[in-house]
Amino acid sequence: MISKKCYKIYLIGIGGQGTIKTATIIGEAAMSQGLNVVMSEVHGMAQRGGTVVTEMKIGQAESPLIERNAANLVLAFEPSEILRTLDKIGEQTQVIANSSTIVPFTVSLGISTYPEKKRMLDKLKKEINNFYLIDAEKLAKEAGHLITANIVILGAALAIPGFPISRKIVIESVKKNLPVRMIDINLKALELGYKELFSE
Amino acid sequence: MKIEDILEKKKDEKLFLLGNEAAVRGALEAGITFTSTYPGTPSSEIGNVLAKIAKKAGVYFEFSVNEKVALEVSAAAAASGLRSFVFMKHVGLNVAADAFMSTAYTGVRGGMIILSADDPSMHSSQNEQDNRLFAQMAGVPVLEPANPQEVKDLMHYGIEISEQFQIPVLMRTTTRVSHMRAIVKLGDIKKKNKEGFFEKEENRFNIAPAFARKLRKSLVEKLQQIEEVANNSTVNQIVKECNSKTGVITSGAPYNYVIDVVNENNLQVNILKLGLSYPFPRGLVRKFLDGLERVIIVEEVEPFIEKEVLALIGKEYKKIKVHGKLDDTFPRIYEYNPDIIAESIAKVVNFNLPEQTDKNIDIEPPFRPPVLCPGCPHRSSIYAIKKAVNSLKIRDEDVIYSNDIGCYTLAMQPPYNMADYCICMGSSIGIGSGMAKATKQKVISLIGDSTFFHAGIPPLINAVHNRANIMVVVLDNRITAMTGGQPNPSIPLDGWGEETPVISIEELAKATGAGYVAVINPGNIKKATEIFKEALQYKGVSVVISRSPCIMLKSKEKRPNFQINQEKCTRCQICLKQFNCPAIYKKDDGSIHINELLCTGCGVCVQVCPQKAIEVKK
Repeated sequence: MISKKCYKIYLIGIGGQGTIKTATIIGEAAMSQGLNVVMSEVHGMAQRGGTVVTEMKIGQAESPLIERNAANLVLAFEPSEILRTLDKIGEQTQVIANSSTIVPFTVSLGISTYPEKKRMLDKLKKEINNFYLIDAEKLAKEAGHLITANIVILGAALAIPGFPISRKIVIESVKKNLPVRMIDINLKALELGYKELFSE
Repeated sequence: MKIEDILEKKKDEKLFLLGNEAAVRGALEAGITFTSTYPGTPSSEIGNVLAKIAKKAGVYFEFSVNEKVALEVSAAAAASGLRSFVFMKHVGLNVAADAFMSTAYTGVRGGMIILSADDPSMHSSQNEQDNRLFAQMAGVPVLEPANPQEVKDLMHYGIEISEQFQIPVLMRTTTRVSHMRAIVKLGDIKKKNKEGFFEKEENRFNIAPAFARKLRKSLVEKLQQIEEVANNSTVNQIVKECNSKTGVITSGAPYNYVIDVVNENNLQVNILKLGLSYPFPRGLVRKFLDGLERVIIVEEVEPFIEKEVLALIGKEYKKIKVHGKLDDTFPRIYEYNPDIIAESIAKVVNFNLPEQTDKNIDIEPPFRPPVLCPGCPHRSSIYAIKKAVNSLKIRDEDVIYSNDIGCYTLAMQPPYNMADYCICMGSSIGIGSGMAKATKQKVISLIGDSTFFHAGIPPLINAVHNRANIMVVVLDNRITAMTGGQPNPSIPLDGWGEETPVISIEELAKATGAGYVAVINPGNIKKATEIFKEALQYKGVSVVISRSPCIMLKSKEKRPNFQINQEKCTRCQICLKQFNCPAIYKKDDGSIHINELLCTGCGVCVQVCPQKAIEVKK
C-alpha cells in the first residue's frame, strides 16, 4: 500500500557501489527543498562485498523502514539484488535496475548459482508493472568513469513521474557531496541517466 | 555535508545527520570536553567524527585500547569535574562491566554519559543483548532516544541528570537509531572547562567494602529520587491521548514504527513514549494506565518495560491486560519493523492490514556474503597457513582454528573454513589455550593487532605460563580495519593523527616468554609458509606476527593491474578456489579473468598461480 503522506525509496546494491552516498544525496536534497526525510543506512561488515540496503521516506514519517509492497521507487544497482527485495515492490512501485551483473565469489566456489540473466530479466519485466532497465556501466563510461554508475541511476530516478525533488536541487546536492575534481563527470552521468529514462 | 559542519553550523540551522553524528553534536552542545571509546559497530562513526573535529572543538578524545579502559578514563575525567562521554557497542559494555558496576557506586562529579549501541537482529554482532538490563543491574539511569534529533537532545538532558544526581547515565541506542539519518535542528555549543581538578574524597572513590556499603545505600536513594524526575520528565510523554480503553507504551526505534502505523491506519489508541525508562516511572505509568482495559508494550530485545508494567499492575491488583513479548503478541527475538508492528497490534486492536501481493518469481538470488577485500593481506596469511598445515600433512579434523573479532573472522567462509570457535574479543588465545589442554589437536589462534592490544595480552601470558601448545598468529594490518580504519597502538599515530609511540607486538610477545616469535610479510607466500611450518612444529607457544598494511590504507595509484595470460592458463582454478580473490572470476566459457575495477594490484596471485599465467597488464 503506497502512502499518500510520504514518498518511499528503497536502494539496494553491493558494498562499494555508492548506494549509501546516493541515498544521502537524495536526502540532503529533500532537506534543501524543505521536505522532511528519514533514512536508514547499513554500516560495518555488510559493506565488504555484501548486499547493502538503504531505505528512506520523504514527507510525513518517523520510521525509515518501508512496509511490504509499499515502495514508491526501487533503485537496484545490480539486477539479481531485486530478487531480495520483491516484498517491497507493489502494483504501483517503479523499479529502475542497472543491467550490469556482479557475480559473487560463492558462484565460482560452486556453493551458489547466479540466475540465468535473460530468464531473470524477462521474469522481472513480466511481474513488475513499472520496470526500467538501464546499462549504467555503459553510460558511466560515457560520462568519464565507471565509478559514476550510481549517479547514472540517480539521474534516471529524476525522470520518474512523481519523484518529489526537483532536478536543480539534486544537482546542487551532488555538488556538495562529491569530490570537486569528480563533479563534472558526475553531472554528466546524472544527465545521461536522466535522458536515458526520459526517452523511454 | 562536510564533517566540519557538525562543529561549525550555528544554532537553529539544520543538518541531515546520522544518529552517531548527532551524538557528537549533542556532546558539544552539552559542554562535554572529555571523550573516549573503543570502536565497534553500530557506534563507530561517533569516534570517526570526533577524531576529525575534537581538537578544533577543544575536546579531548582518545581511542582507548579497550572499553574497560575507555570507561575508566572517562570516569576519571568526570570525577575530576569534567563532563565526559564514553561510547561503545553493546558487547563492549561486557568488557567494561567491572568498571561500569562500580562507577555506578562512586558516581561522578561532572556529568558522564555512557552510550551503548545495542544491535537488535545482530547486523554486525555476536549477540543481541539488551543493555537496559545491564544498567538496571548496575543501578544506572537509562535514556532511549528514537531518532537523531533525540540523540542530540538527550545528550544534553542526560548530562543534566548525571550532574544533578552525581551518577553516570546510560544512553541506549539501537542500530536503527545509530544508523538512522534525519534532519536535526541544532542548538548552541556550550563552552565548558577543559581542565579538571580531582578533589580527594577517600570514602567515595575507593570502594573498599566499608565504603561500598554506604555507597550502595546512597545509590538506591539516588535512584528513588531519579524515579521522581522520570515521572515528571518531558522526555517521558503521552504523545497521543484519545477516548480509548487501549494504551501503547513504547521507547526508542519501535516508537517510530508505532506512530507511523497508528497514523497511517487512524488507530484510536493512547500512546506513552518513554525516553527515560529506568528508573521506571511508576507514577506516570500508573496515571497512564488509569481507566485502560489493555496495554500494548512495544520494545526491542527484552521485555524490560513489560515486566515493570506487569509488576505495577500486580502490586495494585489492577485488571488490565498486558500484551507484549511475554504473551507472544510480539516476537521475542530480532529487531522490529513496520510490518511486524502492524501485524502484532492487529492481534489486539482490530483493523484491516493491507493485502499482500506475491510476485510469481521463482528465481533465487545468489548467496552474497561479505568477503575479504581484493588485495587484503589476511587472505595471503590464511592461504599460507593452510599451505603450511597441508604440507605438514596435518588432517583438517586435527587442527582447531580459534578465531577472533575482526575482518579475518571472514576466514570462516569457504574455501578457508578457518573459524571453529570465535566468541568475543581476545577469545582466540584464551579458547586456544583451553583447547590445547583439553585435546591433542593442533591449535591455531588467529587474532588482529587491535584485538591483541584490546584483550589478547592476558590470555597470551596465560598460555605461556600454563605451557599451552598453540600457534598464535597476529594478523597485523596496522589498523582497526573492520570498524572503518581507526588507529591502535601498532601505528605511530593516535586518534588525532598525531605522532605517538608504537607498542611493539613482537617485544610484548617475547616479554611473555613465548619461545618462538617471528615477524613475516604475508605478501611473500613462500617465505610465510616456511615460517608457519616452523611455528606449527614448535612445542609450546609460538607467535607469528604477519604484518602488512590494510589494503584500504594504500593508495592505488602506484600499483599495476594484473591479467591472466589465456595461453598459459590451464584452468586449474587454484587462484579462484583456493586463494579466492573476489577480483578473479570465471566466464561462462570456463576461462578465468581478473576484474580491472576490483583488482588492487597486490600481485600475490602471481605467486599463487603454478603456471605463471598471471602477469602485469601492459
